Amino acid sequence: MTPVDKEAVLIDKVKAAFRDKIIATTVYRGEVTHLVCASALRSMCTFLKTDPELRMNFCADVVGVDYMNETPRFEVVYHLYSVTRKHRIRLKVRVNEGESIPSVTSIWAGADWAEREVYDMFGIVFEGHPNMKRIYMAEDWEGWPLRKDYPLRGYKDRYNPYGVDREEKD
Amino acid sequence: MAELENIISTREITLHMGPQHPSTHGVLHLLLEMQGEMILKAEPDIGYLHRGTEKIAEGLLYHQFTPYTDRLDYMCAMSNNLAYVMAVEKAMGLEIPERAKYIRVIAAELSRIAGHLLAMGAWALDLGAMSILLYAMREREIVLDIFEQICGARMTLSYLRVGGVRYDFNKEIVESINELLEILPGRLDEYETVLIGNRVWIQRNEGVGVISAEDAINLSLSGPALRASGVKWDIRKDEPYLVYDRFDFDIPTGENGDCLDRFNMRFQEVKQSMRIIKQAVKDLPDGPFNVDIPEVVPPAKPEVYKNMENLIHHFKYVSAGFKVPKGEIYSAIEAPKGELGVYIVSDGTEKPYRLKLRVPTFVNLQTINHMSKGRYLADVIAIVSSLDPVFGECDK
Repeated sequence: MTPVDKEAVLIDKVKAAFRDKIIATTVYRGEVTHLVCASALRSMCTFLKTDPELRMNFCADVVGVDYMNETPRFEVVYHLYSVTRKHRIRLKVRVNEGESIPSVTSIWAGADWAEREVYDMFGIVFEGHPNMKRIYMAEDWEGWPLRKDYPLRGYKDRYNPYGVDREEKD
Repeated sequence: MAELENIISTREITLHMGPQHPSTHGVLHLLLEMQGEMILKAEPDIGYLHRGTEKIAEGLLYHQFTPYTDRLDYMCAMSNNLAYVMAVEKAMGLEIPERAKYIRVIAAELSRIAGHLLAMGAWALDLGAMSILLYAMREREIVLDIFEQICGARMTLSYLRVGGVRYDFNKEIVESINELLEILPGRLDEYETVLIGNRVWIQRNEGVGVISAEDAINLSLSGPALRASGVKWDIRKDEPYLVYDRFDFDIPTGENGDCLDRFNMRFQEVKQSMRIIKQAVKDLPDGPFNVDIPEVVPPAKPEVYKNMENLIHHFKYVSAGFKVPKGEIYSAIEAPKGELGVYIVSDGTEKPYRLKLRVPTFVNLQTINHMSKGRYLADVIAIVSSLDPVFGECDK
């Protein structure tokens, strides 16, 4: 597929189908990114997976990013790939603290652990996820380690004498 | 009579396998719900080795993070180095010299051989064929010796750097590689004699942990485990990076998607890696092995002592690092275990704002429940081995 065809499919076709749901589209270093509304996420993912020209059947990863000083605070990034068509696309959804976003596990079962990881590290809840619990950290862990306001050394407790006092955090 | 039935019928039990168990390849903890010896549900519990690598990365300069990638999949550190430095180079829009590309291909393929050898050896050990582990370790030793010749380290290599590689290849290294290429085919035949056609080996693997191509893609399985289900997807072929498009090699695929196929994939891939190395060594071009940008690759140490400019570059590199333009990129390579991706969000400074590692082991482990359901406890051992998990990588 030539770059022109690729852009026609990944940008124009997706834009035509979800015109008012796409907030921004960028191409950087040859990678197509769509920033979409959380409400349209599931219908858009279903479209990307089932459309014969797109066939995004492989969910490579779900990533959380914390933009602490912006509103909405978090961004959830989906890296999708098409094993049949050999192209990649990136979807981004912005979400505020305390808000939840729809889970895509019913579309790609492989998003299961990746979404749990985002929950574990950022505290973003995925609605409709079959098993929404921590994956890396202990079940009774307090706090969300990859948030920007979480100290690198962790908080002081009986297991972590070198941590930061909870009051000290800025 | 009712009383007797009570005694014979088995209750559902939950068995904890691991985290300290010789055949879970590290600290995998499996919660197995069983009816007798039959698995009803297998739930992996991970995180025993979680070190917060991504959090650490946010506090380090770009070049300081390379050694941390060695400690992800420590069985094939070159591949991790490659994934990381390629991601940073993509974010910077850096084009590296031809010679560095060839050296990287050779290094990555050597690392794939080392990784697959250990995967096959440990697998055979788990299923009771201990000699294969000893054989595989013997051959792995040759590869590690080459790594030692290349960069002085054997396991945690940090050989690749943003902008090229740390040391140049010399004639002795090329000789050692050629020697390896001569020895290995005969040794692989030895494994074949011991395993392929071995009744016990075949019965423990054939038809075990079957996963269809559709289910495998849906569960985001990648790498040799996915190709065993008949999906012809290899990032080296489909999205060629470095100079992989110049080499002639095949992508082996399986038919049944069982453990035996997954073993064969690794076995065949070692042979294909040898083909690639052979061509790369033959075509290895002359020229620089690093980009000529002193901010990214500081001058060699002897130069630093003689020249003021070079000293400044060196000092700047160590103390301040280099800036990566604002933007976000995702770069993936075909690591021995599957798609190893690095997602970098840069805010234009010397440190990544967010660095996410898409590690194949973590994602592949999701399929354990699907593969083990309805099988016996002993099959779980083969299934875990067939996914070749490494926990430095899985737990990050």
